[in-house]
Amino acid sequence: MDDTPPAVAGTEPPKPPSKPLSSQDPVPRPEDAPGFGDDTLTPLHPNHVKVLRIEISLFTVPFVIGSLVLETALLLPAGSFIVPVVLAAALLIIRVPLRRYHARGFAMGADRLRVVRGLLFRSDTVVPFGRVQHIDVNQGPLERAYGLATLTLHTAGSHNASVHLPGLLNEDALSMRETIRAHIKRETV
Amino acid sequence: MGFVAQGLQGLQRAVLPMIAVAYGMRDESFGLFAALGLGLVIAAVGGGLAYLNWRRLTYTVGETDIRVESGILSRAARSVPFERIQDVSLEQTLLPRLFGLVQVRFETGAGGKDELSLRYLSEEEGERLRDVVRARKDGADAENSAVAAESADAETTVEEPARVLFAMDLRRLLTFGMFEFSLAVVAVVGGALQTFGDFLPFDIWELEEWQRVFAGPFGQLESLGRTARIMGGILGVVSLLAVGVATGVVRTVLRDWGFLLERTAKGFRRRRGLLTRTDVVMPVHRVQAVRIGTGLVRGRFGWHALSFVSLAQDSGSSNHVVAPFGQMDELRPIIAEAGFEPPPEDLVWQRGAANARIDSAVASAVLLAPVAIAAILLGRPWLALLPVAAAVFLGLRQAYLWRFERHALSPAQLFVGSGWLVPKLSIASRVKLQSVEISQHILGRWRGYATLHLGLAGGTLSIGGIPVPRAEELRSAVLSSIARTDFSELGQ
Repeated sequence: MDDTPPAVAGTEPPKPPSKPLSSQDPVPRPEDAPGFGDDTLTPLHPNHVKVLRIEISLFTVPFVIGSLVLETALLLPAGSFIVPVVLAAALLIIRVPLRRYHARGFAMGADRLRVVRGLLFRSDTVVPFGRVQHIDVNQGPLERAYGLATLTLHTAGSHNASVHLPGLLNEDALSMRETIRAHIKRETV
Repeated sequence: MGFVAQGLQGLQRAVLPMIAVAYGMRDESFGLFAALGLGLVIAAVGGGLAYLNWRRLTYTVGETDIRVESGILSRAARSVPFERIQDVSLEQTLLPRLFGLVQVRFETGAGGKDELSLRYLSEEEGERLRDVVRARKDGADAENSAVAAESADAETTVEEPARVLFAMDLRRLLTFGMFEFSLAVVAVVGGALQTFGDFLPFDIWELEEWQRVFAGPFGQLESLGRTARIMGGILGVVSLLAVGVATGVVRTVLRDWGFLLERTAKGFRRRRGLLTRTDVVMPVHRVQAVRIGTGLVRGRFGWHALSFVSLAQDSGSSNHVVAPFGQMDELRPIIAEAGFEPPPEDLVWQRGAANARIDSAVASAVLLAPVAIAAILLGRPWLALLPVAAAVFLGLRQAYLWRFERHALSPAQLFVGSGWLVPKLSIASRVKLQSVEISQHILGRWRGYATLHLGLAGGTLSIGGIPVPRAEELRSAVLSSIARTDFSELGQ
């Protein structure tokens, strides 16, 4: 199975988009708003891969320590615990973040945001700006170190009540928030 | 007055410790007095606390919000703006009802425990509060508080008479109860026997004891032989059925006694309940979707239940039942009143993808196969028939589901029919949906089908196992409807 979307091929993360916002000047009517095909997906910032790698590394630390403990107990010949665990951890750390990164993307339309994610369970969510209740921009310590942020849109729906979009450059996330906020305001007033 | 009722309700809690003490000290001569004393102490403490609570809880109806201050030692103050109050409902449980008291609940959409509620107000005060909140809310909405509030006040005084949309008489109620068959009481009695079985003079779980008990009066019955035993078995089953039906009838009568749904100037008003009486008002524009459900047996007789999906909670459930038991002809006007349309005759229904159903059937067969193989390997080939039969049943179920689960799109609404033996139909307004998601698991991506999840305020709505192009078509149709109206305009 190949999970990389057609937009981004290859193993190296591509260059970040300079400006992910499509700012069409006369705002198009909702009916002829861009219907997003798969080729219009914007990839996340490459630093997202690094953040994912660190997160997975932290996740594997307890397992490595556990295998070290078992190793010192000398139950089986040397290396029978630590070698497979370290190999599996290495595979996870090298491979999974890249694949995840390539599986994720977003598209900012004139009146809606599309968020695509997931390897085994793929989900493709569209949130119209007119239904956004409030907007969060969050930065965890790791994300802050790399200048990234997570944009979260909250809707009133029970399913997908909050849609998260991680791995955005902080400035991009903030400007996206402003765009969405301005849109809500314009439609309300 | 309120603290008296609360104290009395606290007495319910004193009963169990009293019984425990009476039982524990049953050998002592003063056991009974100790139990009574304990009960008195608990009642006094409960009553005292209730009195303090009552003294320390105050509420103020302000210009723009309602404020509640409470707490004996630690104080809490809460303010809820009128515009955020979706709905005010009144609820009366048995004891407060005897005192003419009512619980006023302010629905803000916060859900469950976070909702503001004032217990033990007098009925008149509850009604007054409801009217005040409504009038102020209208005033706040109009952004011209003084004039608007006045006109709203005038409006409430000359309120147009309510129209009855749905009511249930005793006969309907009893018919409804017959279909609410429940053996819950049998389970409860069984559980109680297991817990308190020690109090009975014999051990109910010992077969020999039963035989001994029955050997006395039923001795001659035993000697009558097989026919009598079969008769006894039938009698047992019949009595079980009778218990189930009786439970259903009692529960239904308690819950839905005097069911009355009215259309008032402010929306739908529903009153029901024999011991616990509730009075709920739902503004029409808050209805996000309507659901028509039925039951396994009652569906064959054309009985359906209608409920509204909204953000407000209805005693723990997010759906408001507005017609629990009626024929479709009775439900249609209610649906229309809520601004929804029942499915027209010429609606084009679509089925899901057949390969999604095949995958589900194959998956269950694959899961059951090891069981069958294990049975054969263990030398019990007959036992292997069980999982095989289960797999065939599940396969047929999928075929049936493929045949009957369907959805349709009309210019304003989305219809989703689901369920196998108990069909259910959800009608959602396209404009009132919040978000759209297409999700696929790995098998679905390979085989080209997806699940469409629609964000619905106060409920969930999804269409499973449909071809990807159809999912995309539905998504773009729904999104174009949503984009035309902002959330804040939905109320109008």
